Amino acid sequence: MSGTHAHTVPYVAETHYPAEPAPVSTTGPIAWLRENLFSSWLNAAITLICLAFILWIVPGILDWAVFKSVWHAKSLSECREIIVQTYGEGTTGACWAVIHERLGQLLYGFYPVDQRWRPDVTLLLLITAMIPLLFQTMRPLVVVMAALIGVKILIAAYLAVTENTLGSLFGPTTIVAIVIGGLAYFFGDTHHRTRWLVFTIVFPILAYFLLWGGIILEPIPSSRFGGFLLTMVIGVTGIAGSLPLGILLALGRQSKLPILRLICVTFIEFIRGVPLITLLFVASTLLNYFLPPGTNFDLILRVLIMVTLFASAYMAEVIRGGLAALPKGQYEASDTLGLTYWQGMRLIILPQALKISIPGIVNTFIGLFKDTTLVAVIGLLDPLGLTNPIRSDANWNGIVWELYGFIAFLFFVCCWGMSRYSMYLETRLRAADRR
Amino acid sequence: MKLIKLATVAAVAGVCATTGVQAQTLAQTKEAGHLKCGINTGLVGFAFTDDQGNWQGFDVALCKAVAAAIFGDPGAVEYTSLTGKTRFTALASGEVDLLSRNTTWTLTRDVDLKLTFVGVNYYDGQGFMVPKALGVTSALELDGATVCIQTGTTTELNLADYFRANNMSYEPVPIETNAEAQQKYLADACDVYTTDASGLAATRASFEDPSAHMILPEIISKEPLGPVVRQGDDEWADINRWVLNALLIAEEKGVTKANVKDMASSSDLDPEVARLLGVEGDYGSMLGLPKDWAANVIAAVGNYGEVFDEYLGPDTPIGLERGLNALYTDGGIQYAPPFR
Repeated sequence: MSGTHAHTVPYVAETHYPAEPAPVSTTGPIAWLRENLFSSWLNAAITLICLAFILWIVPGILDWAVFKSVWHAKSLSECREIIVQTYGEGTTGACWAVIHERLGQLLYGFYPVDQRWRPDVTLLLLITAMIPLLFQTMRPLVVVMAALIGVKILIAAYLAVTENTLGSLFGPTTIVAIVIGGLAYFFGDTHHRTRWLVFTIVFPILAYFLLWGGIILEPIPSSRFGGFLLTMVIGVTGIAGSLPLGILLALGRQSKLPILRLICVTFIEFIRGVPLITLLFVASTLLNYFLPPGTNFDLILRVLIMVTLFASAYMAEVIRGGLAALPKGQYEASDTLGLTYWQGMRLIILPQALKISIPGIVNTFIGLFKDTTLVAVIGLLDPLGLTNPIRSDANWNGIVWELYGFIAFLFFVCCWGMSRYSMYLETRLRAADRR
Repeated sequence: MKLIKLATVAAVAGVCATTGVQAQTLAQTKEAGHLKCGINTGLVGFAFTDDQGNWQGFDVALCKAVAAAIFGDPGAVEYTSLTGKTRFTALASGEVDLLSRNTTWTLTRDVDLKLTFVGVNYYDGQGFMVPKALGVTSALELDGATVCIQTGTTTELNLADYFRANNMSYEPVPIETNAEAQQKYLADACDVYTTDASGLAATRASFEDPSAHMILPEIISKEPLGPVVRQGDDEWADINRWVLNALLIAEEKGVTKANVKDMASSSDLDPEVARLLGVEGDYGSMLGLPKDWAANVIAAVGNYGEVFDEYLGPDTPIGLERGLNALYTDGGIQYAPPFR
């Protein structure tokens, strides 16, 4: 039969044809362009307008910020002279020399120069304390510390070439980084995490001791705190304190005990009804009148308390949203299992409620971190507040963009980091849902 | 709720204590080992941070001078930077003991706020700055101008008074800070910028082309800026007053940072200089200070003229003339009572 058939059919393909490449119009960069940038006349027009805008604005910014910038000068007028000499009359360029000269001040405020390793070490320990909370293993810590040591070596190499010193390559920061990195490398598995968490609990005491001093370390008064150090102290304390407080307040607001509920509702509504700036003024001026004169109630401590209370009220409402989103069956299920109130909350309700609330929580964190700049109005010199005395130096009077740009960059890095982490966390927890 | 309870307890304690703090400031300062001094959060020439992160400036020098008088060490100061809103409460509550922060001496502040102004370390006054291209040479030609003005300050009220008195109109452009004013003014958002003359000079000095702008000759207000202490501790006020006076007398008598050591050991001294430097008599103990307190002050910061020249004078970028702040012997109104 097949033979007959073979004669009736002139040609039978015995193998597959090799696949043709897809038409140019559906693959490769051109297709990507067509699909994403020029899919319709309207989109094409928008693309072109945006492109024109970028081409119009970016070269100018790059020219100002990078190509015609000055890194080494003693004053703004010297900067301007250098720019005019090198690039001709009428050119303007960034004078990053002010950042170069005042970097220490912007980062540490008035913290004594020979003691600045203490905030550095505290930051390393802060990272160490946070990693077990943020990740399952301690591997990221190894990466962070390795990167840090790498950067330090690079800086030392640069200094060795330009200024013939090694800088602070062998300072306490490096030693601590090596020790922590080593520990994380050898004891970084998931089953070691509990031990790292113990360190997280001890960390606040350690940080207080390191920053403010005492016993063997030289005590540093609060008035010396400033710059990004102050932002970090207020931001991190506010974030760390507001989450547990907010959870308690949210639970209290849903409590069946009327007095507890009333207290929580009053607190939340009072704090939310008052602007943070008012609370800061209360902290800095009114409390002074109320407290007996001579009592030295540290200003930073007062601000920390106010900021934490403020953030916790907002946090409570965010978490209440998460609690309200859970189906009633979850609460009933935990009751049916015979769990006590706290067991049920800890094992069933809160893990789900907090997961739902992550975007809101991180939102509050970021808002709080940026709100720390408000302390400038009560005379605490955070980076934004420090721009004032720096610009008041006759050498730098008149400088604006460079300082604010640098500070904006610092804040952007922190807030963007928080935002990226929350996205990572959401993805990870969604994966748990699918299982 | 917590807050309310805290506030109630604290209010009671506060009422009991408002009357009792006084009269101990010197003893408390000595015990603490440093002077608690309130300064500006940043004002060109008056308070700023240098490249080492130390506070410097015309107002800051007075803090150093008082610390030098008490401890012999100009570094024994704990600075608190204060805004216009927090300065008086900080002083009243004892957070600072001396407020050296370009504060205008007015009746309400002196009487109603229960403060004591111990003198005037800078006579300022409100002025106007215009671009030369505007072709204006007198403030009386400013009818109809747009004016950049800091809101909520006495300068705002002075401006309104001045224009009304001269039957002129103006359009205010409200601004918050000096930095904002510089930007607005340079961007031609206003024709005129008005603030204290010292501030105008400093702002002008920061421009790329200062010569394209001029400060009009009219000064439309009196702004005597001086150090302030709490009312009620007269001994403390006396110390601060006489530190300021000592700076002025030193300039008058030609005692400088450089020659103060030699003068103190020289044999034929002007009698007032001998008393000032503690060579003759014991004026220090009357104030509760060491015998050579004034010599320490001058050795630490120099005399009034030296302080002025260092931070504000013609050789600095700000380049202010002495004007009213010259000694009375040079045509100014800085005049210290005799040291005897």
